[in-house]
Amino acid sequence: MAIAEPLVKLTGIRKRFGRNEVLHGVDLEVDRGEVLCLIGASGSGKSTLLRCINHLESPDAGRVIVGGEHIGYHERHGRRHEMPERLVRAQRAGIGMVFQHFNLFPHLTVLQNITEAPQRVLGMNASEANATAHDLLSRVGLADKASAFPKSLSGGQQQRVAIARGLAMRPQLMLFDEPTSALDPELVGEVLDVMRGLAADGMTMIVVTHEMGFAREVANQVAFMHQGRIVEQGPPSQVLGSPTHERTRGFLSKVL
Amino acid sequence: MTTTSTTAPAGQDDDLVVPRRRPLRWIGIVVAALVLINIAYSFITNPNYGWETVGKYLFDPRIISGLGTTLILTVVGMAIATAIGLLLAVMALSDTRSLRAIASAYVWFFRGTPVLVQLILWFNLAILIPAISIGIPFGPTLWSADTNSLITPWTAAILGLSLNEAAYLCEIIRSGIMSVDRGQTEAAHALGMSRTLTFRRIVLPQALRVIVPPAANEAMGLLKYSSVVSVIALPELLYSGQLIYARTYETIPVLIVVCIWYLVVVSILTWLQGRLERRLGVGFRTTATITDTGRWRRWLSPNH
Ligand SMILES: Nc1ncnc2c1ncn2[C@@H]1O[C@H](COP(=O)(O)OP(=O)(O)O)[C@@H](O)[C@H]1O
Ligand SMILES: [Mg+2]
Repeated sequence: MAIAEPLVKLTGIRKRFGRNEVLHGVDLEVDRGEVLCLIGASGSGKSTLLRCINHLESPDAGRVIVGGEHIGYHERHGRRHEMPERLVRAQRAGIGMVFQHFNLFPHLTVLQNITEAPQRVLGMNASEANATAHDLLSRVGLADKASAFPKSLSGGQQQRVAIARGLAMRPQLMLFDEPTSALDPELVGEVLDVMRGLAADGMTMIVVTHEMGFAREVANQVAFMHQGRIVEQGPPSQVLGSPTHERTRGFLSKVL
Repeated sequence: MTTTSTTAPAGQDDDLVVPRRRPLRWIGIVVAALVLINIAYSFITNPNYGWETVGKYLFDPRIISGLGTTLILTVVGMAIATAIGLLLAVMALSDTRSLRAIASAYVWFFRGTPVLVQLILWFNLAILIPAISIGIPFGPTLWSADTNSLITPWTAAILGLSLNEAAYLCEIIRSGIMSVDRGQTEAAHALGMSRTLTFRRIVLPQALRVIVPPAANEAMGLLKYSSVVSVIALPELLYSGQLIYARTYETIPVLIVVCIWYLVVVSILTWLQGRLERRLGVGFRTTATITDTGRWRRWLSPNH
């Protein structure tokens, strides 16, 4: 068997806002079908790193490679050129993203939220897009909510719709930015269940989370971020069970 | 001492709350009713209103033609102003400093000068610029025309009103766009949607909720202040009325006719605004659902 390339490969990612560098050269690899949980204190750069992966933020230095493709840049004659927006969009379409505050489109029904991008970005026809959306809604347990508006749903239901919306683009990678942080405690479980199901189906996922139980159970790798660097990375049993780095121990003692 | 509480079984009727008396409300209602009856009585019995004269002029061809002019000025002016206002709003919100500067200079100038003066300037544009030409600066001219032949009272009126109105609409549209959460744009971009698609399908429909009420105000304002075009001798509704009573001295009845027509148009605009607001509010209330019917039907009907 050939040695499989990692699906996601970040090397030396740096990102500056004004004069404030918030990522100081991050390296990260995620294999196909793997779940990586990214943990770390607020402000350590987790969201920024995630947003660099689908080029919502453009890194100042370093490379983001997803599925063998450079995200956001062409490499020509050893120099990197920023891609035209059209090509970046096509790359983004293959990377799903789920936000802390769901960001569903409030003026569209649940079904329209899910079908909008497949129809207008991928050019899927209406009946195919609707069929896909209904499938996905049953998968996240919301088959009966297709014609509801987001406002009428609970936070947990909205987040499950947001996951379905991302999946409708048939992404090769899903990014989750604190998907359960805005939820009432009793609604966290239903969202984590959906994510567990996704992981079991082999979806590659990068999950920023404070749910250590989920990380321990589902993640293949846990990476701990501190002040713009990944300071410790490994299987959950190691990073969460017997962390070697002092910062990790300090952080875990606060959240566990 | 025993703690055996002997709460009487709550009688269903005893339990109901007696609402507080509100004597002032009744006094207010009576006073308002008396005032209204008085006004109505005076309307009907005071001969100075000249109701027969009102009836005579209500459908007078000159009045109707003035009404037509007013409607055209309002509709066309508003349409052009919306297009320019949208463009300006997008410029004002762009990342490019020079575009922002152009938009704010435009708004500054057109909000800062009286529309009356702007109209007179447009009408007399030939004094400033005798000929208008399109071409490459310092290069060949592709097209040119005499300014006087281009600037008629109509073009001056439409230009003046719409360019002025665009400045106000720019600010209204800008605030509407800014009211939409940034997360909406991010979610759309993360799905691979382009900037124009995101704007058209995600941001604008939500911004319109905020834009429509003040924009409807502007439309009704334009309906009435379009009467300033009388300074360049374009007979719209009010000026048509003035031309009539200048000769017949039936000032009050003719002005009543004019007001009736303004009120009719404003009523229609108010109704349209209500439909539009309900249509755009779908999804922002918790229970509504829509079903797809034809495009225009759907646009005007909020929920059925
Ligand atoms: N758009 C931005 N402009 C300026 N500073 C930002 C921006 N986004 C994030 N930051 C800063 O970058 C740092 C990392 O933020 P973030 O990636 O959101 O951290 P985390 O998700 O781990 O809480 C913070 O100090 C934050 O203030
Ligand atoms: Mg964050």
